[in-house]
Amino acid sequence: MSKNFQHLVSTAVPIAIENIDTDQIIPARFLKATTREGFGENLFRDWRFESNDAPKKDFVLNNPIYKGEILVAGKNFGCGSSREHAAWAIADYGFKVVISSFFADIFKNNALNNFILPIQVTDEFLDKIFSAIEKDPAAKLEVDLDKQSLKIVATGEETSFDINPYKKTCLTNGYDDIDYLLSLRKEIEAYEASREFNF
Amino acid sequence: MGKTLFDKIWDSHVVVSKPGFPDAVYINTHFIHEVTSPQAFDGLRKRGIPVFRTAKTRATADHNVPTIDQHLPIKEALSRKQVEMLTTNTKEFGVELYGLGHPYQGIVHVIGPELGITLPGMTIVCGDSHTSTHGAFGAIAFGIGTSEVEQVLATQCILQYRPKRMKIEVNGKLKKGVVSKDIILYIISKISASGATGYFVEYAGEAIRSLSMEARMTICNMSIEMGARGGLIAPDETTFEYIKGREFAPKGADWDKSLAYWKTLYTDADAAFDVTLTFDAADIEPMITYGTNPGMGIGVTQHIPTLESLEDKEKPSFKKSLDYMGLEPGSGLLGKKVDYVFIGSCTNSRIEDLRMVADFVKGKKKADDVVVWIVPGSKQVEAQAKKEGIDKIFEEAGFNLRQPGCSACLGMNEDKVPAGMYCISTSNRNFEGRQGPNARTFLASPLSAAAAAITGKVTDVRELV
Ligand code: SF4
Repeated sequence: MSKNFQHLVSTAVPIAIENIDTDQIIPARFLKATTREGFGENLFRDWRFESNDAPKKDFVLNNPIYKGEILVAGKNFGCGSSREHAAWAIADYGFKVVISSFFADIFKNNALNNFILPIQVTDEFLDKIFSAIEKDPAAKLEVDLDKQSLKIVATGEETSFDINPYKKTCLTNGYDDIDYLLSLRKEIEAYEASREFNF
Repeated sequence: MGKTLFDKIWDSHVVVSKPGFPDAVYINTHFIHEVTSPQAFDGLRKRGIPVFRTAKTRATADHNVPTIDQHLPIKEALSRKQVEMLTTNTKEFGVELYGLGHPYQGIVHVIGPELGITLPGMTIVCGDSHTSTHGAFGAIAFGIGTSEVEQVLATQCILQYRPKRMKIEVNGKLKKGVVSKDIILYIISKISASGATGYFVEYAGEAIRSLSMEARMTICNMSIEMGARGGLIAPDETTFEYIKGREFAPKGADWDKSLAYWKTLYTDADAAFDVTLTFDAADIEPMITYGTNPGMGIGVTQHIPTLESLEDKEKPSFKKSLDYMGLEPGSGLLGKKVDYVFIGSCTNSRIEDLRMVADFVKGKKKADDVVVWIVPGSKQVEAQAKKEGIDKIFEEAGFNLRQPGCSACLGMNEDKVPAGMYCISTSNRNFEGRQGPNARTFLASPLSAAAAAITGKVTDVRELV
């Protein structure tokens, strides 16, 4: 997992399903590892493989036409369980960006904490991306974090996206939240001393 | 202008607030379990730092544990390793563990409240999305990812942006046979599985106020299923009564001081919410889900939406969902045969849930071809059930009373619903594969699940109570 992100031009893998929950991204029975690596193998496990482990031909990750470092998915991506394993699986598989018209909160945090950029676009722009890929699976998308812009290269259609400035800095520079929180030790101790109750 | 309950608690926990940065929020209680903590402890090891405030984190093993023969070693090697890793990690870092065999062991969201660890006014986190359960006590409680677990272990703080606030009012009185699980399934069916994303919800209104603590926990538990960051209910006499005398609750002079503080925890009359939604309890029927997210729910006598009633865009996901469930658009669920009944999970495995089921099934027998699992939420619930003779009632009804754990809620441990089978479940998620690969889940209340156990099919419990 690379620890920073600035700019990316890549083809994308489309999954036009809404409400993709983290149980689909990585089913619970694969959460038994005690390290962060190797979850990519089981990304979308039950959509990707039959129960006898044979690949399901009609699932997009098994279709060699579609590849790239960007995952494009229907709205409310990442809902359900808080398992960070979902973000680890996506990163481990090789995705650096996930685009959807809506993200579940916890997933969004988990993604950012793993240097995956979640880009929220309008429903209309999402449709444009899906149709661009449908027309040409080799269609490229360009992500510029600094400018906060996302472009469909072939058509030149462009949109901007939001990211909070703190997370943008973290992503650009490869910092994480713990580095920042550890620097607040004095303030944390002062806060504790000021509290009369244990709650 | 006045403040919401949420803002009162949040404001009193902000350690540092800088423009452009998320707030650093102090956490009073941190729960951990075996699945989402190993990588966090590993992170501490890599950084060479200790757990900052060991007494503020408590651990239990719940997701991976078997629910029979808990005195034997866990059969499945990876599950066993994860549970053992929790023991090693908590020992090494000095964190209290209520592991397998401990009298306090149980589902993390069941044991916190019953031990008096969960208190009003607290900030509570856990690497588990149903941490929202603890909001029933008037606490800010929410689920976090493993990187955040590591943050809390390292600094007792978490970085968060303040969410928006939503108020959900449920007025009036519930009808017979309708319980708190139906309220929350109803709300989610109305606002969808993402209807509260970005918000912290406060539940209010007569129908909420009149609920017991257990029933309030069921409501707050499922806040996450509509996308909310969490949900809370202002504490009142019901709350204080519940807490008083519990193992870790404040005692003596501490209790008096705490109580005086807790009584200030309510939303001021002139406080503003970003959104307010109002429902009438009298409109709520016993609910059941038909699809693969918790927003896909209907009253038990109603019909699944037809394809024509949906927008074109929604159709592919809807069809995929119904194909998975083996159900037809426009059909009803009443009378649909069920194979499994699961009564358990952090949503509905507390003593009150078991009592409700026992009252209902007393003297009845389960249908022949249904497997019924009752899984208490904790060792304490299990012990209480036995003390009250509830275990005998279940035994006579042919129900299988198991040992505490997450069990068939998530298809991670040994308890799985076989492929293609229908399970009416009191848990909180009906996602594809949630209860086991290709298992099909109908979410419902403990009463509705018990009714299905007796008849062997989806039943309107109102006809039996
Ligand atoms: S009972 Fe289910 S939802 Fe609750 S903590 Fe366990 S796995 Fe999660």
